[in-house]
Amino acid sequence: MSAPVIDIRGLVTRFGTNVVHQDIDLSVEAGEVVALVGGSGSGKTTLLRQVIGLLRPDAGQIRVFGQPLFSGDALADRRLRQRFGVLFQQGALFSALNVLENIAFPLRELRWLDRATIRDLVMMKLAMVELEPRHAWLMPSELSGGMIKRVALARALSLEPELLLLDEPTAGLDPDRSAAFVSLIRTLRGQLGLTVVLVTHDIDTLAALATRVAVLGERRILAYGPLDHVMNVDHPFIQNFFASDRLQRRPDVTVR
Amino acid sequence: MSAPTVSFDREGAAPVASLCGDWTLQGLEGRVDALRAALDTGEARAAARWDLTGIARIDSLGACLLWRIWGDRLPPTLDAGEHTLAMLESASVLGTRSRLATPQSTSFDSLAQLGRAGLSFGRQIGDLVALIGQLLLDLLHIARWPRDAPLREISANLYKTGVSALPITALVGFLIGVVLSYLSALQLKTFGADVFIINILGIGIVRELGPVLVAVLVAGRSGSAMTAQLGVMRVTEEIDALATMGVPRSLRLVLPKVLALVTALPLLVLWTSSAALFGGMVAASIQLDMSYGFFLDTLPRVVPIANLYIGLAKGVAFGLVIALVACHFGLSVKPNTESLSSNTTKSVVSAITCVILVDALFAIATRHIGLPGG
Ligand SMILES: Nc1ncnc2c1ncn2[C@@H]1O[C@H](COP(=O)(O)OP(=O)(O)OP(=O)(O)O)[C@@H](O)[C@H]1O
Ligand SMILES: [Mg+2]
Repeated sequence: MSAPVIDIRGLVTRFGTNVVHQDIDLSVEAGEVVALVGGSGSGKTTLLRQVIGLLRPDAGQIRVFGQPLFSGDALADRRLRQRFGVLFQQGALFSALNVLENIAFPLRELRWLDRATIRDLVMMKLAMVELEPRHAWLMPSELSGGMIKRVALARALSLEPELLLLDEPTAGLDPDRSAAFVSLIRTLRGQLGLTVVLVTHDIDTLAALATRVAVLGERRILAYGPLDHVMNVDHPFIQNFFASDRLQRRPDVTVR
Repeated sequence: MSAPTVSFDREGAAPVASLCGDWTLQGLEGRVDALRAALDTGEARAAARWDLTGIARIDSLGACLLWRIWGDRLPPTLDAGEHTLAMLESASVLGTRSRLATPQSTSFDSLAQLGRAGLSFGRQIGDLVALIGQLLLDLLHIARWPRDAPLREISANLYKTGVSALPITALVGFLIGVVLSYLSALQLKTFGADVFIINILGIGIVRELGPVLVAVLVAGRSGSAMTAQLGVMRVTEEIDALATMGVPRSLRLVLPKVLALVTALPLLVLWTSSAALFGGMVAASIQLDMSYGFFLDTLPRVVPIANLYIGLAKGVAFGLVIALVACHFGLSVKPNTESLSSNTTKSVVSAITCVILVDALFAIATRHIGLPGG
């Protein structure tokens, strides 16, 4: 087995006196889809930001693709960053660029693709997230909430990342689109062997995609393992989160 | 990771083209042109069968390249793994080229552009007039319901635009006074007309230079800040949030800024003019040996008090202009960063231009007041 894609050891995060993470260990193997769940404010987004390297942990080590995030070598760091795609909770689209330019932006930054190819790639990505070609000319402020999510996903996918970090990708999508998102991730995983870490509150998505679930709470990882294993952990938050009535909508996924 | 390759096999009746390796963004880097050339040969076109089973990984870039090379369709006989085939089929959304042509520009466009610029200018003026009208209504509202007066906001704005501008305006005023006095003294000395330095400095600074100097500084300092603040509130939909809480945006956001600036600017004019005169006085005493006592004694005799009133009136007018322009551009920011930055620039430039225009109007309107021989 090769080195884990993400390897977090002894992570501690504090904002002033507010301790968000205390001694977190987590490792994600290649090809896995790990769902990160936890109550609001439990530090899921913060954890993701640390994996991306936007936030330095107060203690502990994070290695991505076996390399430390801050190696000191600017070129290596940049290369490393091009290997993962990120979907931010609020979309974080560039407000001054239209949809086409937003998705094309990372591709243009590579500087070796010609314009026509970039166009083609953008159109393919738009189709993947079920947006129409005419949407390419809209500005971010002219998009609906769900469309922002989908454009942000298309942008995250544009560099064909090996690791995809998604912060609530299905929040704000209608059930049909959520299902389409699930099948898109499944397909990409099959084709490209993607590794995915996604934060979600949506049990359907989680049940359909996740190979493992990590539950964040009380500043630590309460449970980490396959869904049916995690569901049986005896902890009030977990029992509440996976309360059986919520899964009744999808009886096919309760036990796998 | 293995490099993407192309090979042709002409054994048997039908030639076979086989593709191998990683047809991904990483694998294709630096090899796109070579592969395109290799696939754009007679041999490739003659291929009766395409064997893609050797492809280890393929992503959108690989699929899109092949799709275009095949002439916007899949070849009739294709051997490919399930994933490769799915990826290639996803490229079929591309259809044929030029489906996504950018709107073409014509010669007519420049005319339309001109018309649009004219209309937008007209609309801006209209918006500005509406803003002024709204402010008057707000004032009436406050006269009827004094409890709605946004006193806290006014005082906060007074502090930001007035009090915190004191050091910088004093410094700039002082230095300008020194420079002006020094340069004039050089000239006046040659004519032996030393005492006229007081006339020059007095009228020049109190009537003209003080107000304009303050207006330019405040337009750069507070005008840009006001525009940026309102603009960000537009971008982040905070203004909409205020509106839904029944807080009228002009009363709470615009009026305090206008009132604060209208109050603060004349006071700043007084302050800066004093600093400039002080600087001039210091320079004159060094350059011309003119005592402070003489300077202060002569000043009110040679500079009619009307000049001070004109200076203060200019302060009020400039404050009004700067605040209105800043708020107008702030409220017309479109929800994107580009518009925010361009509107902030426009706000400062327009405010300073308007100030100079108003100053010219003042010069004409007051040409008989407060000047010797006037
Ligand atoms: N930049 C910051 N400065 C100070 N505190 C912060 C900062 N960012 C996050 N926090 C705090 O860290 C905690 C975790 O925040 P985080 O955004 O990671 O939550 P989350 O799990 O993503 O929640 P949600 O599900 O609501 O998105 C919160 O208590 C928050 O107040
Ligand atoms: Mg979050």
